Amino acid sequence: MARDNGIEVEGIVRLFGGDIRAVDGVDLSVAPGEIYGFLGPNGAGKSTMVLMLVTLLPPTEGRATVAGFDVAKQGPQVRTVIGAALQAAALDSFLTGNEHMDLQGGLHGLSRNERRTRGAELLERVGLSDAAGRKVGGYSGGMKRRLDLALALLHRPSVLFLDEPTTGLDPQSRSALWAEVERLSREDGVTVFLTTQYLEEADVLADRVGIIDHGKLVAEGTPTELKAGIGQVSLEATPVNPNDRERLAATLARFGEPAAGSPKSVAVRLAAGAAQLADVVRALDADSIEVADLQLHQPSLDDVFLQQTGRSLEGEEVDKEPAS
Amino acid sequence: MISSTLSVSLAVLRRVMIQTIKNPAIIIPSLAFPLVFLIAFAGGLSIVADVPGFSFKGGYTAFQFVFVFTQTAAFGGIFTGYRIAEDYESGFARRLLIAAPHSAGILLGFVLAGLARFFLTGLILWGIALVAGMNVLGSPLEILAMWLLAANVSIASTLWVAGLAFRFQSVDIGSFMQMPVFILLFLAPVYVPLALLTGWLKLAATYNPVTAILTANRGFISGEESKALLAFGLAVGLAALMALWAVRQFHRAHRSVA
Amino acid sequence: MSSTSQLALIARRSVSRTFRQPVLVVPVIAFPLILLAVNASGLSSVTELPGFPTKSYINFAIVVCFVQGALFAAISAGTELASDIQTGFTDRLALTPAKRWVVLAGATAGGASIAVFGSVIYLVVGLIFGVEIDTGVVGALVLLALAIYTAIAFAGIGAWLAVATGSPQAVQGMFPLLFVLLFLSTMSLPLDFIQKEWFATIVEWNPLTYLIDGMRGLVIGGWDASTLLPAIAVATGIMFITFTGASRSLRKRVQRT
Repeated sequence: MARDNGIEVEGIVRLFGGDIRAVDGVDLSVAPGEIYGFLGPNGAGKSTMVLMLVTLLPPTEGRATVAGFDVAKQGPQVRTVIGAALQAAALDSFLTGNEHMDLQGGLHGLSRNERRTRGAELLERVGLSDAAGRKVGGYSGGMKRRLDLALALLHRPSVLFLDEPTTGLDPQSRSALWAEVERLSREDGVTVFLTTQYLEEADVLADRVGIIDHGKLVAEGTPTELKAGIGQVSLEATPVNPNDRERLAATLARFGEPAAGSPKSVAVRLAAGAAQLADVVRALDADSIEVADLQLHQPSLDDVFLQQTGRSLEGEEVDKEPAS
Repeated sequence: MISSTLSVSLAVLRRVMIQTIKNPAIIIPSLAFPLVFLIAFAGGLSIVADVPGFSFKGGYTAFQFVFVFTQTAAFGGIFTGYRIAEDYESGFARRLLIAAPHSAGILLGFVLAGLARFFLTGLILWGIALVAGMNVLGSPLEILAMWLLAANVSIASTLWVAGLAFRFQSVDIGSFMQMPVFILLFLAPVYVPLALLTGWLKLAATYNPVTAILTANRGFISGEESKALLAFGLAVGLAALMALWAVRQFHRAHRSVA
Repeated sequence: MSSTSQLALIARRSVSRTFRQPVLVVPVIAFPLILLAVNASGLSSVTELPGFPTKSYINFAIVVCFVQGALFAAISAGTELASDIQTGFTDRLALTPAKRWVVLAGATAGGASIAVFGSVIYLVVGLIFGVEIDTGVVGALVLLALAIYTAIAFAGIGAWLAVATGSPQAVQGMFPLLFVLLFLSTMSLPLDFIQKEWFATIVEWNPLTYLIDGMRGLVIGGWDASTLLPAIAVATGIMFITFTGASRSLRKRVQRT
């Protein structure tokens, strides 16, 4: 890439209706060619952030640049270098895939010839060559998202925004999309800003992850860094006799802090890691607690989220104080 | 058997009434359309009464009012029938069926609801027309006969749309429901009496049962002679035909329901 | 890419998707012609009233079809644009270099094109059933042009509604209202044949009256600037007001920097 196609965000705020702070002072930086995963629950402010960065919503405060262009003051320039596949696939069910390509390509200034060749190339890449002549109304959800991605890439953007690109997709479509996003980053040097509520997606795909909650960035780093920050492996044990649960909790408490588990089990973060497993088993034996199931869990991004916000990304409320 | 049918029908009626009370805006379309036609036709076309050969004791407003009154009955039936289609879309119909497997009760309930809507909108229309100075030359008995005749139109219309609703179970066929009624109403002596129509329209109107109903009602409101027997025969016949249609569609639709 | 080319692309899309939906096109053709048939026959006797401008009522009534076509154009354009706003297609277009006014104008093309299609059919059917245009072939072409111009103006009404509400249902809900306006015009009788003062006043204030009278003037009685010019003025006024309003509303809805 000839020019710097990174993203810089400084103190960006977006207010709605005077008092709703959808994005509440976020600073972040995405290096050129990086895949940045923006992870958070529904309503955290992910889509609002994307809308600001793609110039469809002006920030209330703060500033952001995409590929060196200011999103508030240099909107048209930003739009020439970005591609976006937003939350709604936003397609016309009465037009064919080809017609979408033609329309968007034409509006981006591609010549008729360029539209045809580039369109065909992209449709091939996302596996829609056969369906390209059919009306989009007949496409499956996965096909629509793939078309959306192809359209976003039409004018060779150097920065790509994907807002929850795999929500509602079957596992195959999801993997295919991940593969394409990775390829874009590695081979074409495209910077990718991707929002998601799926841990796995952020974990597997992103070079760096920013975790957002209630409009604020609560954690940032590579997935490995973030999980290492939690540090500990956790252990989850399910007693044979449900009445033993309290005794089980008391025994396990000797080995670390309580962690999130299912209602029937007890979980702790092992202070000294997996090496303690043998000691745990011995202690359970000594206290005569019969255990039906014993599992070791590596820390996940959900644990990171939990630690920062006191809530689990995967929906269940846990009583835990957020880390300072 | 009879009392259970009646109680089911009253339950259906009560439900429609409650829905209407909670959301009075439901009534507006069935009142607004006829009102607009009344204003446009009686108000704007009054000079038509000066056309050579046009003689009507009651004056043009009364002449047009009869058409609008009949239209109210017909459209009230359509809007009530929509409810049935909506009930299918929302899934409520299934609950209704399990609670009341006799088609008669449910149909009767909606027919009563259609009549209630007609009665309400009809009263409002009469009020407006009278305030605007419409001449009513018929006797109280003749006016009652007017209402009864129009009520048959309401019943027939409700049953027609009910049948469609049972058959297609969706609100998407809305215009399909309206069109035949609309066409039937307009292939009739709308602006001038039958005698002054010419060509294909005269032919169509001659065989249209709505014509007989309009003619009879115009006779009633102006105290003139009207072919009442023919009109009532046709109106009741139409209602009976539509009843058969609705019941048949109902049973077709619910063959699968245990 | 020039604005004209952008407009052409967006308009083409609008027209394509409109004509791929028979349920949008058929009523535009059918309803006005059915109403014409019924009225031309049902009201034929009014031509016997002294001073009635023509001996054949179909000459009088044919122009109402064109105005109905324009009303359908309004609803169609509005529903399409509102749908686009709901699905986010408008945002997709906002991410391209296409200018706002181009998006607006292009979106109304579909609705307007139905009216154009309809207008040609009404004219042909009318001529087959005996309509005589006193201003001749040139007059017929001017009539078509005026009908199309009116349709575009009305598409603006639909567009403004669409952008203001963002809801196809709200746009559809306006249809009865526009239809009512048609009945409160010189649709069935000339203004001086309306006996009731209050009704005549409503008719005089109704913009549709001037559009109908302007078109009617081309069919009956030869070239007459006193009816044609007001019609053009009204259509232009509607076009200006509605597109300006729609543009302003679009600026609020799509806050592209």
